[in-house]
Amino acid sequence: MSESLYAQLISLTAGTLLLTAALIVWRRSLRASVRLLAIQGIALAGLVAVLGWHERTIELVLVSLLVLGLKAIVLPLVLSRNVLTHDDDREVPRLNPTASLIFAALLTMLAYIVCRPWMGDTDDPTSRAVPIGIALVLIGFLLLITRRRAASQLIGFLVLDNGIATVAFLTATGVPLIVELGASLDVLLVVLILQVLTGRMQVKFGGTDLDDLTELKD
Amino acid sequence: MAAFLFVPLVAALVGAAIGSFNRPAAFRRFTGIGTSIAILVSGIALSAAALASHVESSVTGLLRADALSSYMLCVIGAVALTATWGGIRGSGKADGGRVYNALICAFLGAMSLAVLADNLGIMWVAIELTTIATAFLVGHARTGRALEAAWKYVILGSVGVAIAFLGIVLLYAATRESGSPTLSWLELDQGNLALNPALVKAAAALAVLGFATKAGLAPMHSWLPDAHSQAPAPVSGLMSGVLLAVAFYAVLRIQSIADAVLGPDLMRGMLAVGGLLSLAVAAALLIGQRDYKRMLAYSSVEHMGLMALGAAAGGVIGLTAVLLHILGHGLTKSSLFVVSGRIQGAEGTTTISDVRGLLTRRPGLGVPFLIAMVALLGFPPFSLFFSEVGILIAAWTRGMGWVTGIALVLLLVVFAALARLTARLAFGAPEEAESSEPLVDTSSHGPRTPLIIALSVTAVIAFVAVPLGSLLSSAVAVLSGGS
Repeated sequence: MSESLYAQLISLTAGTLLLTAALIVWRRSLRASVRLLAIQGIALAGLVAVLGWHERTIELVLVSLLVLGLKAIVLPLVLSRNVLTHDDDREVPRLNPTASLIFAALLTMLAYIVCRPWMGDTDDPTSRAVPIGIALVLIGFLLLITRRRAASQLIGFLVLDNGIATVAFLTATGVPLIVELGASLDVLLVVLILQVLTGRMQVKFGGTDLDDLTELKD
Repeated sequence: MAAFLFVPLVAALVGAAIGSFNRPAAFRRFTGIGTSIAILVSGIALSAAALASHVESSVTGLLRADALSSYMLCVIGAVALTATWGGIRGSGKADGGRVYNALICAFLGAMSLAVLADNLGIMWVAIELTTIATAFLVGHARTGRALEAAWKYVILGSVGVAIAFLGIVLLYAATRESGSPTLSWLELDQGNLALNPALVKAAAALAVLGFATKAGLAPMHSWLPDAHSQAPAPVSGLMSGVLLAVAFYAVLRIQSIADAVLGPDLMRGMLAVGGLLSLAVAAALLIGQRDYKRMLAYSSVEHMGLMALGAAAGGVIGLTAVLLHILGHGLTKSSLFVVSGRIQGAEGTTTISDVRGLLTRRPGLGVPFLIAMVALLGFPPFSLFFSEVGILIAAWTRGMGWVTGIALVLLLVVFAALARLTARLAFGAPEEAESSEPLVDTSSHGPRTPLIIALSVTAVIAFVAVPLGSLLSSAVAVLSGGS
């Protein structure tokens, strides 16, 4: 693969990651958010595959298949099962979409600023894309803080997790395989647990609005 | 001897398997105790090996038991034994069910893996697994409150630990840059990799921040009182007594790597701020506390804060005191949670003002509660006294005078608040209606022996130089890079 094609593919996949994150911030429909999350998963898997192709390592290509299966297929399916069973798929965030998008833009800028000292001035396409991973982490935080519905918080957690994975692949071409497997299993289990808890919430409170959770305080 | 590395993990798996079978129910009840004993025995065996300067490691190098790991394994085993044995219910009553027993074993196995892993990535996976194993244990009561506590716990716990993973990833990136990619703590700690300091700084800060969330240090402590007050008593005992300590163990390991590359200032600053904030939060919320399980939870925040101060001070005295404090606090707090669960079972409430006069009305519960509280408040001869003094002396002598001063004031407030609440619970005059019926309940509502053993051990460990003292000093040597 020529260097320029490699750089373009890295930019394309990383750009898709950031774009989908911004769209998730913008959209209020949970169904649309889950679909965007699936696209984000495909972009992440694509990024890993490009890296694997460039570095000529079979291991990374296998990891990209794992990422594709988990983040683009299994997790969105698990999430959509829950979302589709409820008629009410609107999120009423604490911030309106315009304010959220401005925040997302500010966080992206912040990500570029904080990455400067580590990355230095480099022309390496992977190093230049690292701030996008950090931006994803910060946008994940934004979603966790500003969303009210249980499913949206889950989506925020997964965006954050995708951001960490992006940083991992771009800075170190991924963690060792055994750690990658363990981490993927952990994410899957956490999502399943939160799904079960969401189901219980539905039964208990008749909705999944997290503002109902206010009984415990000092 | 290296087989003992695998005993805790295999025991936990077997325990979880037996626990999830429907029959025989009598067997199921003892899976937690069996797993705890297996962990304790392996801990002791590995400690003995470590004392003979023989560090056990598995063939692939993923598991490794130096003095620190072995010590932590002993702590996990001892505290787990107290919590599971003390939490066993009378034979006539139903136990927590299949899932409950299986999850307890999985939880114990995950904690053992966390302290035995040499690879930071595996350690991270194991700590995340503890969140997964305890999620349904916290929500076990299936009430709205338990559900709320479980949700907050899983979200905050996994987000916090995810941040730690970001830190570990950056650390791995730093080692890759230096030419030998590794996540092995041993190789990282030797300090002969030329790591990029800017990257290590960011990595260590994120990793400590993430693991501190799991260790319940302020300002990321908000899941802790909810989870500890809603979980069944033995689970609260395990979470407070060892889960926090295991997360703190991860902080100590990261600190040791960061100090070798960057010098002690960054970690000292972060831990001192976290420690003081934790003490302040505990002091503020203990003064007006009305719920005795939440009182114990905030006391855990306080003790984690103290440990953070000790780690910030560092040095031989500081680290020895921190490690001793982990054991003393674990045994005392798990006994207290076990007793508090029995009080809740007998009285049907966790409100302090509804319980009053426990010592006269229910001496079988009041006496152990009072003794354990005396230990928790840090009276000699209980080991918490010596470890607290050690932490404060270390902080004072290592140039943290202001911090020590503030910490002392906050500790006094915490002490006064806890003493007042305990006095109300144990001695307070019973309400009028209740005093008309002269009911004196001397039953202990469960086995007494584990509480007696745990509290007696806490009372004598500070005086045991061999083998505990030597184990502690070799564990401290591990952290100071002298292994």
